[in-house]
Amino acid sequence: MGTKHPFEKVVEEHGGTVLRVCRVLLANHDADDAWSETFLAAIRAYPGLPETANVEAWLVTIAHRKAIDVLRARRRHPVPVGEVPEQPTGLGVPGTDDSGLWQAVRQLPDKQRQAVAYHYVADLPYAEVAQILGGTTEAARRAAADGIRNLRTSYQGGA
Amino acid sequence: MNDHDDLFTTPAEPDALARLHRRLEQAAEQEGLLDVAYRAVDSPVGPLLLAATPRGIVRLAYDIEDHDRVLESLAGRLSPRVLRAPSRLDAAARELEEYFGGQRRVFDLPLDLSLSRGFRLLVQQHLPSIGYGQTRSYRQVAELVGRPAAVRAVGTACATNPLPVIVPCHRVLPSDGTPGRYVGGPAAKQTLLNLEAAA
Repeated sequence: MGTKHPFEKVVEEHGGTVLRVCRVLLANHDADDAWSETFLAAIRAYPGLPETANVEAWLVTIAHRKAIDVLRARRRHPVPVGEVPEQPTGLGVPGTDDSGLWQAVRQLPDKQRQAVAYHYVADLPYAEVAQILGGTTEAARRAAADGIRNLRTSYQGGA
Repeated sequence: MNDHDDLFTTPAEPDALARLHRRLEQAAEQEGLLDVAYRAVDSPVGPLLLAATPRGIVRLAYDIEDHDRVLESLAGRLSPRVLRAPSRLDAAARELEEYFGGQRRVFDLPLDLSLSRGFRLLVQQHLPSIGYGQTRSYRQVAELVGRPAAVRAVGTACATNPLPVIVPCHRVLPSDGTPGRYVGGPAAKQTLLNLEAAA
């Protein structure tokens, strides 16, 4: 048939999830950049995406790479925190004080944080998470479980 | 773990997504990736969908055509790189507002007629020569395009006009004095004819 949904539908359906994934992976401003880079790359590649593809897994895979790019750039050129202008973080959800959780997530080792983001935030099955991280399904499952266990120790709020 | 689940799946703020959407519109336009931009506008004949390629306005759709279906069709026929991106359609929205306010008689917009082919395209290209407030019969239009026997085909060309209002197929009427069929419904056709007769 060759019919594909308008890209706007992709943004509508998955924009929120991809933003939450980016915010687990990166600090707020960097998360916005990663989201933008992800959807720009996605609209470029969209016409060639097979119609049977899992669109959310595809987007999360792109976001994974873009977040790594952003992190690498940051580690090479760290931003002096003192020079960041004061601005509302926009982090988390109004009415809930969950910023401690987001901070705790970002302090996890990379693999655990990524596994938590892709399984618990994007809701991808461990087989898909393993594809993104490179490694076995079992390793992905373990990384997510370790991540959640570490979160429980480091994060006391929420309940 | 359920506590974490809840927190991780709370919706991201609509404000942040709206801001990121605008950023995406601009970046896609700059990178030449915005194959079809669209927006909706209100009008006396109901909500209208406007869509444009980089070449010009490619589609105007009435509510009864089902805007979602129209967008799906544009994705299939032109490109799936379809994004709600109002700024490319600012001029069109302004001219339509002026037209419906009785302050504009001629549309001055770049048009992309790539959704039409052959005889339909030929007819649609001739329609703007019927001036504001004037009408022609299907037979007269058939004569105008040099195919006097093709009266029914002229009817089809008008019914499949991808740019109603802007390409004035509403100025073509049956010879029996009724408004005749129209992509936006007969009432919409009558509204446009009344508007142009009053101005």
